[in-house]
Amino acid sequence: MSESALTETMLDPVEDLGGAAQPLLRVDGLTKHFPIRGGLLGKSKTVRAVDDVTFSIAKGETLGIVGESGCGKSTTARLLMHLMERDAGDILYDGMQVGRALSLRELRRGMQMVFQDSYASLNPRLTIEESIAFGPKVHGMDDAVARKLARELLGKVGLRPETFANRYPHEISGGQRQRVNIARALALSPRLVILDEAVSALDKSVEAQVLNLLTDLKSEFGLTYLFISHDLNVVRYISDRVLVMYLGEVVELGPVDQVWDAPAHPYTRALLAAMPSSDPDNRTQTAPITGDPPNPIDPPPGCRFHTRCAFAEPLCSAKGPKLSAIGDSGHEAACHMAVAGSGHSRSPAVGVAA
Amino acid sequence: MTNLVEVENLNVRFTGERTVHAINGVSFALGEGEVLGLLGESGSGKSVTLRALMRLLPKKRTVITGAVKVAGRDVLALDDDELSSFRGGVVSMIFQEPALALDPVYTIGEQISEAVMRHEGKSRTEGMARALEMLEVVRIPSAKRRLAAYPHEMSGGMRQRAMIALALACKPKILLADEPTTALDATVQIQILLLLRELQREFGMSVIFVTHDIGVAIEICDRVSVMYAGQIVETGTLSQLVRSPMHPYPRGLLASTTHRAIRGERLGTIPGTPPSLDKAPTSCAFAPRCASAEARCTEALPPAIDLGAGRMARCVLAERAPA
Repeated sequence: MSESALTETMLDPVEDLGGAAQPLLRVDGLTKHFPIRGGLLGKSKTVRAVDDVTFSIAKGETLGIVGESGCGKSTTARLLMHLMERDAGDILYDGMQVGRALSLRELRRGMQMVFQDSYASLNPRLTIEESIAFGPKVHGMDDAVARKLARELLGKVGLRPETFANRYPHEISGGQRQRVNIARALALSPRLVILDEAVSALDKSVEAQVLNLLTDLKSEFGLTYLFISHDLNVVRYISDRVLVMYLGEVVELGPVDQVWDAPAHPYTRALLAAMPSSDPDNRTQTAPITGDPPNPIDPPPGCRFHTRCAFAEPLCSAKGPKLSAIGDSGHEAACHMAVAGSGHSRSPAVGVAA
Repeated sequence: MTNLVEVENLNVRFTGERTVHAINGVSFALGEGEVLGLLGESGSGKSVTLRALMRLLPKKRTVITGAVKVAGRDVLALDDDELSSFRGGVVSMIFQEPALALDPVYTIGEQISEAVMRHEGKSRTEGMARALEMLEVVRIPSAKRRLAAYPHEMSGGMRQRAMIALALACKPKILLADEPTTALDATVQIQILLLLRELQREFGMSVIFVTHDIGVAIEICDRVSVMYAGQIVETGTLSQLVRSPMHPYPRGLLASTTHRAIRGERLGTIPGTPPSLDKAPTSCAFAPRCASAEARCTEALPPAIDLGAGRMARCVLAERAPA
């Protein structure tokens, strides 16, 4: 299968406007709260699922998002895809605001998503070929051309089109279905692909196959990834930069090696220390933090982590820390201990470079 | 060392519209106070093996052959009455989803005291006292208040602790754990693993721990058996398995972990997918995916080669291994 044949059939990607310097995606102050109706006399409560989240993704990079359940990582992904309305914040795709310079239809072509549940995300009544061809047809591609594209993409994700094109989702394995979902996402020539726990449900040996595939596709199609996962090893392997979320907020952000080797936020440190050991002679002896993550319904005031933090001081429950730069490599953390002059007893002295 | 569990040539076949040969000739033993890990991917038969030890498989659609001896009793010959005192009394199980395993309409205290009343003939008051004691053992904060809590009122980690309290309430000799930490968040998983490790020492129980995660196995197991296509392909001590696996399947599994992988370098993979178990394997089930497969691998079942000191590998490569 020649490369040129494929590019002919594919839709033109959304045009690169800003050049390499402009981030492909810029998210500013993204917020989503879900109201919960109280009982008959109970007062209503709010799930602060995503609260004032700001980050950007450069063209061609892979940004990882890690965090435990309820931290808002999947809600963030859904907000970016405009699968749900946001309460506040801006989302700029290559400098364009959705709804103004960029239509929702165009955005969906420029940004595609792969979900964790490979079976639930495919229509059980469509063959695999039909599922992959569906998107391009909606965007005006001729049926025959779309089917040809679908077969070519199946080849690209390592599934022989002769064997798989006419099968239904229930007839193939989980790993194969996830490859189909990846092919379907690529069918619209997106520049950004959001992978929301896309390899989490797969067995380890299959997970490695799919991760290798994602790496290959990224370089072949010049993709940018937003990779959401709870598996820290996978995130370190695949990401350039990483964003750590806790109860709807970004607590740390930076180049993955820096965050892993010198985590600045106590939550990041706890997450990393909670990974099972890989050395039988050196097992984990104490759990880094106790208790479960609190409920995102009416989260704790101030720093949301202060209820589980070993270094919490009165300041932490009174005032929430802002994301602040550590050094000049883009490493940021939202912790009073990382900010000079914050008033926390462990904060670096003012005037001393962190 | 006496063996608490002895399984000899266990076969489990599910019948119905289609036949599945889930377990194909599994043999293993579990010593007193030992933690054995069953490691494998989905469909490898690890959970079915565990359930067979307690006869929890659907009676009408399951054919079990072989010998299963637990604490000196022939489990396959127990009648229903014997089974119900055996379950929870001698052997207990904890599951992946405590929300599904616990009864939603009874409080935690009621569920634990019911087990104590049933197995030990105690009164309700004594049962409740034991329930409180158990909740403290698994370190549930404000245990007294939690006795009256329903499962849905607790967080995932708390529910898992409550299920462990229930399983251990009658001091079973053996605890069967079926991926009990898989559904938990990372910071909670490590707490539960450390708790189980501590309780195992404290109670002196034997544990069979089913997991797909090598990291979890490293934290808790003494010995590990790796399963593939309903067979045990390799058994050894934890460090033997992690440092020098013999069978190509565990070797491939270890190579494919992202743990020490370097960004930009390709991950080792095992090509292909596991076989369907419509037929019982007559040759090496891993041969189609194996880089070291020889002609005889596709002709007959590979021998289970005893490498001494409890180490076993079901692979022709093990024949050439230095003893």
